[in-house]
Amino acid sequence: MEFVKNFPFFSIMLCMFCAIICSVLNRHAAKHFTRIVLLIVMVLSGVLLINTYNSGESFVYYMGHFPAPWGNEIRGGCLEAVFALFVSTVAFLSVVAGGKAIEFDIEDKKENLFFILVCLMTSSLLAMCYTNDLFTGYVFIEINTISGCGLIMVRQLGKTTVTAVRYMVISLLGSGLFLIGVTLLYTLTGHLLMSNIQESVSELLQSGDYRMQLTIVIGLMTVGLAIKSGLFPFHLWIPDAYGQSNVVSSSLLSGTVSKGYIFLLIKIYMRTIGMEAIEKSGVLYVCFYLGIIAMVLGSVLALHERSFRRMIAFSSIAQIGYIFMGIGLGTKAAIAAAIFHIFAHGLTKSLLFISSSEFTEGSHSKSIDDLKGLGYKYRYSALCYSIGAFSIVGFPLLAGFISKLLLGGAALGHGPLQWIALLALAVSTILNAVYFLRTVVYLYIPTEHIDRDNEETVKVTNTNANGKTDKLLLLPGMHCPSYVIGISVLVLLNFLLGLCSGPVTDIINKGLEVFR
Amino acid sequence: MWNLVREHLNDIVAAALFVIGFGDLLFQKNMIKKIIGLNIMDTAIYLLLASQGYIEGRKAPIVVDGVKDVSAYINPIPSGLVLTGIVVSVSVTALLLSLTIRMYKKYHSLDLDYCLMMARREG
Repeated sequence: MEFVKNFPFFSIMLCMFCAIICSVLNRHAAKHFTRIVLLIVMVLSGVLLINTYNSGESFVYYMGHFPAPWGNEIRGGCLEAVFALFVSTVAFLSVVAGGKAIEFDIEDKKENLFFILVCLMTSSLLAMCYTNDLFTGYVFIEINTISGCGLIMVRQLGKTTVTAVRYMVISLLGSGLFLIGVTLLYTLTGHLLMSNIQESVSELLQSGDYRMQLTIVIGLMTVGLAIKSGLFPFHLWIPDAYGQSNVVSSSLLSGTVSKGYIFLLIKIYMRTIGMEAIEKSGVLYVCFYLGIIAMVLGSVLALHERSFRRMIAFSSIAQIGYIFMGIGLGTKAAIAAAIFHIFAHGLTKSLLFISSSEFTEGSHSKSIDDLKGLGYKYRYSALCYSIGAFSIVGFPLLAGFISKLLLGGAALGHGPLQWIALLALAVSTILNAVYFLRTVVYLYIPTEHIDRDNEETVKVTNTNANGKTDKLLLLPGMHCPSYVIGISVLVLLNFLLGLCSGPVTDIINKGLEVFR
Repeated sequence: MWNLVREHLNDIVAAALFVIGFGDLLFQKNMIKKIIGLNIMDTAIYLLLASQGYIEGRKAPIVVDGVKDVSAYINPIPSGLVLTGIVVSVSVTALLLSLTIRMYKKYHSLDLDYCLMMARREG
């Protein structure tokens, strides 16, 4: 266990050094190196998860063995480990599955720069997840913003530049608010370490001083992080940012980057300021209602959207709303459900974005109307996309179903709030079903363009549905082994989260117990 | 009233600067003005931080001749935070400026709304 405590530090540093080394590698070396490093980080996080789960405790790691006021601290526990595992898994699978898409969108000589950004993003997310120091959290938020901006920019078109500028401006507004929140909190408590701040805040609560100032601090931090994660009404940058960048960037941005900010927010709520003060400040109601509005509005906007990728991006707004609704309910069960939804949505969204790449590239069109019949041309992608769509709508057996079940269950017993939450869940699910199943139906509409040969192969693959992946490798398009393996693992993980949700919720609950 | 203002002059100025900078970053259309707003906003935070760490009549904690008592020095942590913050804001400003150059080369305008409109028209 003593040695395992080094793992958070190792994973952050490995990603950082990998980013530095990638700058001098050629594109193939950078690609393989990044994959290996992300895989190592996955293994490290997995080992850490097993260890912290078995011991049931969290630990504090002093950087450079300097204790608290002088050195910087890292804190590891069950929840941090499982979040790190999630981040590294999504990053690894996106990079593996999107290999062709990266080659397609980026100039050969600049491809290693993309991997620098991926490594920087992963390392900053891991640091945000593990850090025990609020100011370190801020610094890594900025690093994350910069790498996120780079990820949007990698596809060098005029519109991605404008989108990146807008993303940057909005993110900087958010981090400005967060920084002033940290500053004011420092002046109130005199600490930057999360555990020390919590002690001071509980003293402040008992004495009843600075109630107003504390509320302002909580509000500033919440708004800052909500802007960065794209909660309604700060969602305007999302559709362009996710809809126009490279698919791997979109999958990373929506699957992990926005989730990292939410994880930091949960960390601030539960570990830095403490739920007691948060509940008294009333900010949870704001989270709850904004989440509810985002759930419905995101779905309505997605329903009206004609561009395929932008539609998936709009659905992200709704899903962020689900997570904030869970946080807004404020109970332990609700926050556990919100964290489960972070995992479920991250895995599903990466699957959707990456499997959608083939349709948009294959049909040379972004419109939903041009999806018609593509399910017969790109069979495996269409199958995986459909599973992802079913998962996000909330079909049983899949991850999305469990997270909606958990959110609904957590909403019960909240008085009038429960009706609002359940109604919004129902409305949003129906809208989700309408716009996602519409694309699935479009994919499988038979069109007259399909020639006879194709139709025969369709019949053959329909009859023996099992061993067809081998055959599909030979299909034209962007199919390649790493793509098939990547999205297959994403599909598997979706099923795994749906079928074996027990252990995952168990890990989350156990992590939340020591998360204070 | 006047005493209160004088006591908290730094905080008031910092708050005013923050609001000005934030408004600039949010509402200005011109990218250069936006970036200036960003820097004003960051400066406001540094002013607030530095003034929190400052204690009247004390010096920066740099040992010149022999170790003095702790009471001779100001709180160095906020100054350290300001330095870190400056590094962050410089890098972010550099990135934004380079993005602006790229946007200007493409659309020949610094107006973000105009560029957004042109980008939408591209499809």
